[in-house]
Amino acid sequence: MISWFKYKNYPHYWKQYSKKFKQKQPKSIENNRFVIFDTETTGLDFKNDRILSIGAISIFNNIIDVADSFEIYLKQEEFKADTVEIHGILKEGKLTKLSEAEAMEKFINYIGNSVLVAHHTAFDIEMINAALKRLDLPKLKNKTIDTGILYKKLEGKKDNHFNLDALCKEFNIPKNDRHTAAGDAFITALLFLKILATLKKQRNLHYSDLFRVSGQEGLL
Amino acid sequence: MKNTIAERIYDFLKNFPPFDVLDKDQLFKIASNVKVTYVEKDNFVFKQEESPHEHFYVVKDGAIGLYRGMDNEQILVDICDEGDIFGLRPLIQNDLYLMSAKANEESVLYAVSVEILKEIIETNDKVKKFLIASFSSNIKTPYAKGTNGQLFANIEILQTSNTSFTEIQSAEFTKNPVTTLKTSTIKEAAQIMSSKRVGSILIVEKNNPIGIITDKDLRSKIATGMVSIDESVTKIMSSPVKTYKQKITVAEAQISMIKNKITHLCITKDGTPNSKLIGVLSEHDIVVMHGNNPSLLIKKVNRAKDVNALKYIREKTSNLLLGYIEQNIPIIFISKIISEINEAITIKAIELSIEEMDKQPPVKFGWLALGSQGRKEQLLMTDQDNALVFEDVAPEKYQPTKQYFLQLAKKVTEKLNIVGFEYCPANMMASNPNWCLSLSEWKNQFSHWIKSPSEDAIMMCTIFFDYNLVFGDKKLVYGMSDSIYESIKSFEIFLNFLGRNALRNPPPIGFFRQFLVENDGAHKDHFDIKSRAMMPLVDAARLLTLSHQIKDKNNTISRFKKLTKIEPQNKDLYLSCIDSFRILLQFRTQQGLKNNDTGRYVDLNNLSKFEKLKLKGCFKPIKDVQELLNIRYNLAQMM
Repeated sequence: MISWFKYKNYPHYWKQYSKKFKQKQPKSIENNRFVIFDTETTGLDFKNDRILSIGAISIFNNIIDVADSFEIYLKQEEFKADTVEIHGILKEGKLTKLSEAEAMEKFINYIGNSVLVAHHTAFDIEMINAALKRLDLPKLKNKTIDTGILYKKLEGKKDNHFNLDALCKEFNIPKNDRHTAAGDAFITALLFLKILATLKKQRNLHYSDLFRVSGQEGLL
Repeated sequence: MKNTIAERIYDFLKNFPPFDVLDKDQLFKIASNVKVTYVEKDNFVFKQEESPHEHFYVVKDGAIGLYRGMDNEQILVDICDEGDIFGLRPLIQNDLYLMSAKANEESVLYAVSVEILKEIIETNDKVKKFLIASFSSNIKTPYAKGTNGQLFANIEILQTSNTSFTEIQSAEFTKNPVTTLKTSTIKEAAQIMSSKRVGSILIVEKNNPIGIITDKDLRSKIATGMVSIDESVTKIMSSPVKTYKQKITVAEAQISMIKNKITHLCITKDGTPNSKLIGVLSEHDIVVMHGNNPSLLIKKVNRAKDVNALKYIREKTSNLLLGYIEQNIPIIFISKIISEINEAITIKAIELSIEEMDKQPPVKFGWLALGSQGRKEQLLMTDQDNALVFEDVAPEKYQPTKQYFLQLAKKVTEKLNIVGFEYCPANMMASNPNWCLSLSEWKNQFSHWIKSPSEDAIMMCTIFFDYNLVFGDKKLVYGMSDSIYESIKSFEIFLNFLGRNALRNPPPIGFFRQFLVENDGAHKDHFDIKSRAMMPLVDAARLLTLSHQIKDKNNTISRFKKLTKIEPQNKDLYLSCIDSFRILLQFRTQQGLKNNDTGRYVDLNNLSKFEKLKLKGCFKPIKDVQELLNIRYNLAQMM
């Protein structure tokens, strides 16, 4: 009863978002929209740190569509001077900044029911979920893919664990705009395409394989 | 809103043509609509004969090879690397891909929407010029490098030159087009069209064009039963019509037709639909115009009254050649046209000279072009090499006859010299008594060369065997050819000597890495493209056709073509020889035009990586065909 009551009070955009998950999803890699995203934050603590910017770009049918990209900056009271040198976002910079509520609405509308892809997804998803929680909203419903884990599905890479910089080097991806959310999202998108292509070469790759956390059996 | 990704793409594209001439806003619009694709090594972006994609491609990282399939072989035509554009022409010309694009290494591509580019054509004159340049190669260009960034190189030429390119000539439209009133029925209009034998009819109101009906409308709307033939023409006409002023250029017309997806433009008095219709310009008119230039020149040659007119026409021909090379029109087509014009000029020079003589030639004779002219491979203006053969006469008449032809030949060579074909320094001309001979004298001469093949004799053979009758009696030339084959038959070792000659220039590359350059002399450190790359192919083709007794093939490419049929087991090799020869001929012509010389010596330092790669690609077949000769004629023993 309470949950029903609560549902009723969700903003319109969230209701629209929830509805999209009731439809049947396509089951092939080519027919799904992937949103590759990255967040820049004030730090690594889900509770106390805040999102400063979100950058994202979509892939459909193995094509990165620049016209379908996303880049926003957030106004946050929480601010730590020591992370500025990583992400370069000043508290009172020249960029147009949105409130966290506006930012979440825009982001939710942008992602829809697409598959979310990030390098070390867990962190970015948790940061978004924490922001949603502050707005009294539930967690994200999207399927997710971690390029770090996807990489481990490649032959001989099971036990490797690499950060984005190392993978860029391995896959020959130029590291422009590293540590801006949009720049990292773009780099991750290229990485995602390259890993996918390599996986396809190595085996008969199905859509569902992307979500299976393989390699763990071996670790256990 | 900040768009970091689009900014990065913008920063990349702005370094490369044609993006470098775009306004900031225009380029940013393109950048923010780019689609990024990743192509694995050996995967195709598109394949030959496929319908065009909605995008053309810019290489961001990696390298894309463009391949043209010939029979079962994929021939690498071009390699596009960072910043190069490919796959644009088919989009603009609504044509299939002429080549396949395959990743030679893993590549990231930016796909750019052609629709956005089309919008920009309208507002950006420089881009428009670039497109004009790319349109001009609308004759299919299988071997031209028509798709990489160099396509844009000719913008400046188009801007500075105001002659000889059809693209910037005013389009010649059909005056007094067939018209009817809007009160006519479709049937009436169709009757007018068939009686006047036209494919389109304009609907006018007070002399102003309001619509057009074409054959296509009749086909798609009437023949299908969609509309009755008794309905008014207004039912099926396309309206409004696109109107232009009289001085619309061919390029503007082409762009307008492509942009509006139409095939006819109306020419009105002030260029608006509200003024008097004075003509119609169809797609067909443009096609005709493209092909028309050389034939117009030949017509002018035929009408020429003196040698100065010929000189003027030959100068025009050089412009035409320059234009063709810039436009990447296939070299085979170019050499055909230039040879035709050169021949027409020579014929006219002979005719003018005969008129100047006191009397008509006493007996039948033939004027022969020799060497590269004879093979129709001469594009640039070089020396004249020619000879004359006349019918056998009674001994007492020999001297006066010979004197007549020597005098005639002198007049002809003088005229050719004025036109721009310089005298042959070795005096290999019909005005030389040694090369102005009767048929039996020629037969003896050839027989002598063949049976005592000294080095000089072999050299003479390589020049004189490539003759082509320009003017005069065919039978005389057949007689000459027959005697050559007879002599060879009775003295087959001659072919081995010819073979040794063909191998005197080793394959031009040391292990495919280094070019062999001249060691001394005026052309030190230059690569002699004629003797090191082209002559080995010319010599090989000549030798092989002689050995098969093929008579009427005097051109290197047609010789190799014939050989593919006679020796199907070596078909692939001969086809690759053809490709190499085409590319080398085009290359030499380009070099010659660029440096205003014969193009023979190439300064390797001035070549781009791409040009070097392309040249090197030509050398493998040379090596292979030389090996074949070596084995076939057992030349190792003779060397």
